[in-house]
Amino acid sequence: MGTEALHDLTAAYALDALDPQERREYEAHLARCERCRDELASLSDTATSLAYAVDPASPGPALRERILSSARAERPNVVPLRPRWAVPAAVTAVVAVAAAIALAVWATSLSDKLDRERSHASAQERIAAVLAAPGAHPYGVPNGGVLTVTPNGEAALVLRRLPAARKGMTYEAWVAESGTPRPAGTFEAAGDVTAVALAVPVPHGATVLVTQEKDGGSQVPEHMPFITVKTA
Amino acid sequence: MGKTVDGMSRAFAHLSDEAVVALIARSDEQALAELYDRFGRVAYGLALRILRDEALAEDAVQDAFLTAWRRADTFMPERAKASTWLLTLVHRRAVDLVRREERRRTEPIEAAGERAGEGPAEDAVWLRYERERVQAALSRLPDQQREALELAYYGGFTQSELAERLGQPVGTIKSRMFSGLGRLRELLAEPEPGERTWEPRPSTT
Repeated sequence: MGTEALHDLTAAYALDALDPQERREYEAHLARCERCRDELASLSDTATSLAYAVDPASPGPALRERILSSARAERPNVVPLRPRWAVPAAVTAVVAVAAAIALAVWATSLSDKLDRERSHASAQERIAAVLAAPGAHPYGVPNGGVLTVTPNGEAALVLRRLPAARKGMTYEAWVAESGTPRPAGTFEAAGDVTAVALAVPVPHGATVLVTQEKDGGSQVPEHMPFITVKTA
Repeated sequence: MGKTVDGMSRAFAHLSDEAVVALIARSDEQALAELYDRFGRVAYGLALRILRDEALAEDAVQDAFLTAWRRADTFMPERAKASTWLLTLVHRRAVDLVRREERRRTEPIEAAGERAGEGPAEDAVWLRYERERVQAALSRLPDQQREALELAYYGGFTQSELAERLGQPVGTIKSRMFSGLGRLRELLAEPEPGERTWEPRPSTT
């Protein structure tokens, strides 16, 4: 199969609509094609959203224990220190785990991109540290986004497709416990994903707000919040 | 989605899905229980939709969770959502089984929803929200694109089988799947109509 034809299989692969031969060819191609790995990353999320359109259903109550006892029996098999993406050869080998491997393969390209964007490293590292912190708790933000708060109260706000602020205005985050909200930093919209590490901690039960304020920010919110996320 | 069914997994309720998978990579059995408690019903609902058979659907879910158990060390949280990773395993397994069993059908199955209301309230609300959001987006696709996505994803048909079934060239099916999935991605990224939207104006992308 030609390379162009293989590019065209990304959607079908994301939907698991390839026969075994096509699947193997595509996975071999995937290991070499960064464009397809990027595209597959995105289309896999979309394809998987179809799983949520189905009514969830409860399996028999015994299934949980069956899975756990089988896992227990296999426990010694895990070898966590194996290099994670030294797998392209294996991609073609084991159909049952192909999806997991393919996800790891395309994922490597995202890592390369991140490496090239070290200019944002310090802010990104703060955000990444919050997102990866043990015990960090995510709170959904209406219209796409998540507020993540660590047990220490460090917090990161990730918003999807936030449009640019009005002319002369900036976004500002706030943390409210009781009384006047405290300013938690100003920020600008950044394309598809806007990620912000909040400048002040978020105590349990506090509310995180986002408003638009005049350029440079404000010490007290002068505009109505359009995001309000209450933490537990 | 943190939900718990007993004291065993309560300790993990505040972890992200990705953190739970990281613990599974360290052979933490309670983390596997937590992952099951979070996604077991979605996974089983999906497998049942594809396989139309409770025993086979349970087999698919079991195989997928055990694959997750064995392969959690290959999962890279900074690069993929844990939910996508896990449900991709479930889907792959269910599709492989349905092709082997030749049991696939495409009509909705009525019994599948019977036990759907049992989960904790927080879980049910989130799932209902997601379900309505995805169903609304699906309903806005052109019929031929929606048909291609549904027959492929829920029916387990390969693109060649779809081409034959619909009497179209494979290239046409391929392009319907590609356009349909791309369009679905756009629709899911749009702000919800009728809900609060970002101020001051909706995204123009």
